[in-house]
Amino acid sequence: MARAVSTQHKTIATAAAWIVALLIFFPILYTIITSFKSEQEAIQGFNLFPSGTTESYIAVEAQNGYFKFFLNSVFLSVGSTILALLVAIPAAWSMAFSPGKWTKDILMWMLSTKMMPAVAVLFPIYLIFRDTGLLDSRIGLMIMLMLINLPIVVWMLYTYFREIPGEILEAARMDGASLWKEIVYVLAPMAVPGIASTMLLNIILAWNEAFWTIRLTTTEAAPLTAFISSFSSPQGLFWAKLSAASTLAIAPILIMGWFSQKQLVRGLTFGAVK
Amino acid sequence: MGNITLKHVTKSFGSTVIIPGIDLVIENGEFVVFVGPSGCGKSTLLRLIAGLEDTTAGTINIDGRDVTGEAPAKRKLAMVFQSYALYPHMTVAKNIAFPLKMAGEDQATIDRKVKDAARILNLTNYLDRRPGQLSGGQRQRVAIGRAIVRQPSAFLFDEPLSNLDAALRGTMRLEISELHHQLKTTMIYVTHDQVEAMTMADKIVVLNAGNIEQVGSPMELYKTPKNLFVAGFIGSPKMNLIEGAPAAKHGAKTVGIRPEHMNISTTSGEWKATVGVAEHLGSDTFLHVQADGVGPLTVRADGELAAHHGDTIYLTPDKTKLHRFGADGKAMMQ
Repeated sequence: MARAVSTQHKTIATAAAWIVALLIFFPILYTIITSFKSEQEAIQGFNLFPSGTTESYIAVEAQNGYFKFFLNSVFLSVGSTILALLVAIPAAWSMAFSPGKWTKDILMWMLSTKMMPAVAVLFPIYLIFRDTGLLDSRIGLMIMLMLINLPIVVWMLYTYFREIPGEILEAARMDGASLWKEIVYVLAPMAVPGIASTMLLNIILAWNEAFWTIRLTTTEAAPLTAFISSFSSPQGLFWAKLSAASTLAIAPILIMGWFSQKQLVRGLTFGAVK
Repeated sequence: MGNITLKHVTKSFGSTVIIPGIDLVIENGEFVVFVGPSGCGKSTLLRLIAGLEDTTAGTINIDGRDVTGEAPAKRKLAMVFQSYALYPHMTVAKNIAFPLKMAGEDQATIDRKVKDAARILNLTNYLDRRPGQLSGGQRQRVAIGRAIVRQPSAFLFDEPLSNLDAALRGTMRLEISELHHQLKTTMIYVTHDQVEAMTMADKIVVLNAGNIEQVGSPMELYKTPKNLFVAGFIGSPKMNLIEGAPAAKHGAKTVGIRPEHMNISTTSGEWKATVGVAEHLGSDTFLHVQADGVGPLTVRADGELAAHHGDTIYLTPDKTKLHRFGADGKAMMQ
């Protein structure tokens, strides 16, 4: 009897989980469905069965040139992630393995910058970018994306490095390893999973970032976020084309996320369970 | 060679003084055990010798060379950690080979030395495994293997057996002692277990609150403890320490008598006692008794002794084995 009840509970819980998952995923699903409709179908109201036309995709590519935006997105997300790792690895390293009196305060301060509304610094940043000629520049935007994600990257790596037992590093030192060899032969191989998880998450964050990427670019450096927003244009809203553009923008990151979900879950939960 | 000399070595963390100043000479080839309760500074002292902690003051000499400011790698010491500290991403062979690789040895030499170490430590069949696939005892052997391939001037062991179960601890204790006889290299071994100290050491250093209480061979410490701390720490079961009238009778503030140095009778004796818990171990019986006018005592009796809870027995301490301590806690002349 008890077993039957527990099976029943399990079925209800599974069904509830599926419903919640579908609800969360539905906007993305409906975007994909709409992208395969004609503009006329799209404005006719709720309909889960599209005609299957690909005219929106063809129009979107012909009008706006998807690949240029796509390449910018790849450049910005990967570039800003590499830059962030170059800064964050030594920072997290020193905080994890030789913490000072203020380490905890510095970490909290770094995180607190993420609590500030971005719009509060829009003007100063915009003016700095304008005066230094970084507006609509991929390098400028890459630095910006690196800076806004840096606190999270440092925190994640710090949490991960703290899991590496200090005695292993001491053993390497006793075994005659110089600092460089200690990093190359012992620390780096042990930290690879953590660095990989951080990298994946940061790529996603940078890929999806829309506030700065739309405001600091016009044509040259514009990534896929700007590509989507260009479809809510003065000519009016074209739902099918907008959906096709959105699908094209989220597809790469969705596919990457799907293949690396194990790493991502590990990345999001490490430090949570000892 | 492995002569290690500490001259007034001091260690403080901020305003907290861990080791107020230690002088110690360790001769080449000796097996020295640092023993003491938790927090007495024994591991810190070992880490100072290893170079994993900076000394606040004083000097450390290894083979006549001042190494106080030198990096751990340059001190030619090898260390075995409590947690084994194996490299989890490397195979057993690579773990053992790591110090040789760091020293820039050629591959043929590395292979030969790894095979030799594996043979000595019974690890030949496990060379391709990772540490995660080994038992605790095997991991400890890998850690020892990694230490011996370097042929260091001294080995440092930081409570290496405390993560093992009792049976394995006994076996590993013998293996490390055997290894010392084979290699004849200086070994410094940190433990809080006085049984390990007594059974393995040539010389025991008893530490308490960062100070050396006594240095000597196991039997010296057992027979002539310099003070109450050493008397109470060395020996298992612990020495009985008695204050009050029975001590005053012997002209001391405290007298100490080991559980094995009391004569037991069912008819007459100096102290009348009631048996509480009797632990029958087969070879011995440990009696926890309440002696009239003396207090609680532990007595080690023959394994065949049939004493039970509530029995009355009479105890007579062996006068020649009685330890007398003054009001300052130091041993008095016998």
